[in-house]
Amino acid sequence: MGFFWTIVVLVILLGVSWRYLGSYMAAVYEGRVRYLWWVERPIYRVLGVDPEAEQSWQRYAGALVVFSGVAILVTYLLLRVQGLLPLDPQHLGAVSPALSWNTAVSFATNTNWQNYAGESTMSYLSQMVALAVQQFVSASVGIAVAVALVRGFARKSSPTVGNFWVDLVRGVLYILLPIAFSAGLVFVGQGAVQTLAGPVTTHNALTGAKQVIPRGPVGFMEAIKELGTNGGGFFNANGAHPFEDPTALTQFLSVFLVLAIPFSLTYTFGKMVGNRRQGVALAAAMVIIFGTWVGFTSYAESQPNPAVAAAHAVSQPQGNMVGKEVRFGPLSTSLYNVASTQTSTGSVSGANDSFTPMGGFGLLTGMMLGEVTPGGVGSGLYTILLFALVAVFLGGLMVGRTPEYLGKKIQAREVKLAALGVLVMPVTVLVLTAIAVSIHAGRAGPGNAGPHGFTEILYAFTSQANNNGSAFAGLNGNTAFYNVAGSIAMLLGRFAIIVPVLALAGVLAAKSVVPAGLGTFRTDTPLFTGLLVAVILIVGGLTFFPAVSLGPVVEALSHGRLF
Amino acid sequence: MLVNLRRSVVLSVLFLAICGLAYPLAGTGLSQLLFHHQANGSLTPYGSTLIGQTWQGPEWFQGRPDGTVLTTGPGGVVVSGTNQPGPRSKSLEQAVARQAAALKKEGVVPTNDLVTTSGSLVDPDISPADAYAQVDAVAAARGLPIAAVRRLVSSHIHTKELGFLGEDYVDVLELNVALGHLH
Repeated sequence: MGFFWTIVVLVILLGVSWRYLGSYMAAVYEGRVRYLWWVERPIYRVLGVDPEAEQSWQRYAGALVVFSGVAILVTYLLLRVQGLLPLDPQHLGAVSPALSWNTAVSFATNTNWQNYAGESTMSYLSQMVALAVQQFVSASVGIAVAVALVRGFARKSSPTVGNFWVDLVRGVLYILLPIAFSAGLVFVGQGAVQTLAGPVTTHNALTGAKQVIPRGPVGFMEAIKELGTNGGGFFNANGAHPFEDPTALTQFLSVFLVLAIPFSLTYTFGKMVGNRRQGVALAAAMVIIFGTWVGFTSYAESQPNPAVAAAHAVSQPQGNMVGKEVRFGPLSTSLYNVASTQTSTGSVSGANDSFTPMGGFGLLTGMMLGEVTPGGVGSGLYTILLFALVAVFLGGLMVGRTPEYLGKKIQAREVKLAALGVLVMPVTVLVLTAIAVSIHAGRAGPGNAGPHGFTEILYAFTSQANNNGSAFAGLNGNTAFYNVAGSIAMLLGRFAIIVPVLALAGVLAAKSVVPAGLGTFRTDTPLFTGLLVAVILIVGGLTFFPAVSLGPVVEALSHGRLF
Repeated sequence: MLVNLRRSVVLSVLFLAICGLAYPLAGTGLSQLLFHHQANGSLTPYGSTLIGQTWQGPEWFQGRPDGTVLTTGPGGVVVSGTNQPGPRSKSLEQAVARQAAALKKEGVVPTNDLVTTSGSLVDPDISPADAYAQVDAVAAARGLPIAAVRRLVSSHIHTKELGFLGEDYVDVLELNVALGHLH
């Protein structure tokens, strides 16, 4: 019953934020909100940017790629010299080159894949100025790309798609900072730690037991970790750690924060293209798939854990409690982990590796659909728009007419760019997984044998190529092979999609608008939503079916029943 | 290209100052002012109420068996969330059987949470059912009336947040501290 109300309240809160955060974000990117102009103006002056001057898609993409490259380099250097910098109360010293590289790429691409345990690797300064900064910046870059693509649809015969520097700065100042700061206070009020005082040694006066408890500036990092769909936690256990998510209230707030921006961006989209129903059609597709996956996964996790059942020692009335926290239980842990795998967040409220085979299937396949339901901040919207183009193309083939989307003719060039953007992720995942299982360095990674070990490898590359960052914790990824192969997956999954998306934005912006005629396939109807859902499921299903069969499906069937 | 490079470096420094220093430091200051107890780790003379401990012996309520797999890092700090067994793992099956046998030896009927490890490996809580399952054994070990220990458990149940979020739980540290003061 509690879980039912959890869903109801979540839907209400997301509905409100969809409407109001959505229109606020449209106002931010259309330059209509200016209350922080006094902070913005000096920034543009130092940068030498004219905030009124716009860029072609090539210049927009160039600025974005150079900025992200510098972000990776700065993060890398900060981690390498960690030992020389202050705020390192545990004297952790420099991070190794391969791990620094993987981590820098991971945080700058909004992935937050972590081949390390935060409490024994990263100093407080690194967590703050190297990692949390990228959690703001990479999120803002993602939203900027989505907004540029939306402008492409909204504009007629325009040579420009916006100004990257302005979009980047406004996203951080007007959207991420204010919301994260308010949420950070809630996290700390509930019990998340926020201190620079270093680990504390406690002595239990009753038993004499001694503990050294790591602390740090956690609560406010937690807020941006969720809001920016980043997922990189301060501690190794991520959102399962009581200092990150102390109560079921902060867990619920986390779920809301990860979903808020990606869902609301569909409203922003509808508003900016001047037809809100177009945004509703996309949001509906997201809700249908997301809701199905939440139902499936939470059902799977309310079933017994097979290994615990095999011990014949206890009954499992709540379901699978291995790797889960008592204060959360299997149902809200499933909600959190599904929200985090389908938003490219990748934080966890309980161990993914210990989910039942079908629960793990739910998490893995949620990412394989391309992170569009609702997907990461910005990346969710721009990727689902690629799927929407594929869907109108299919619709056009069925009726034998040049397809249109929002009045723009979708021709060979647009369809090629959309197909390229959609296919980068599956190709990256499957090729890298094939390499990993073929060589010794790859097979040395998984901690479990058999199909579960295969799932761990497949999960790792799916997670990184989707810029998700969640892990089937059983894989030891801190090796030269996995650090480097993983960074390739993350870079391709980010920039090999962003560049075609920006090209598409430029091509679309330059087009004129054709008025809708009798033969126009309407894209603001339930029929289109259904077609879009089918395209997402078929593309994901056909590409990954053989790989998934070798992992979780074999594992589930090998004990004679599906759940 | 060069102008992009210069802008990228300058903006990286600016974001480092705004998001990497101003944001967390302002947050730390305000948290220390408003939520001093929580911001420093919810510490009591017995440990943190949010970080699970290992309680040895039948005279204490046992938490989840996280201590059996928990590791420590540099300086002896507790490293959370390592070692997560897969759902068909043989070693998980054996660990569950071992833990259940140990509980039975202490006169406790094993429950799901008491034989399985958590996600954080520092789970401070158990479910009310886990606590009730230990009442008889704890009362016997301490020579206390069963009814008194049972009352102690029921007065330490945290119900769902706002009435619907998460699950009911008992904080093992809070319960054991109260138990230590019970005569």
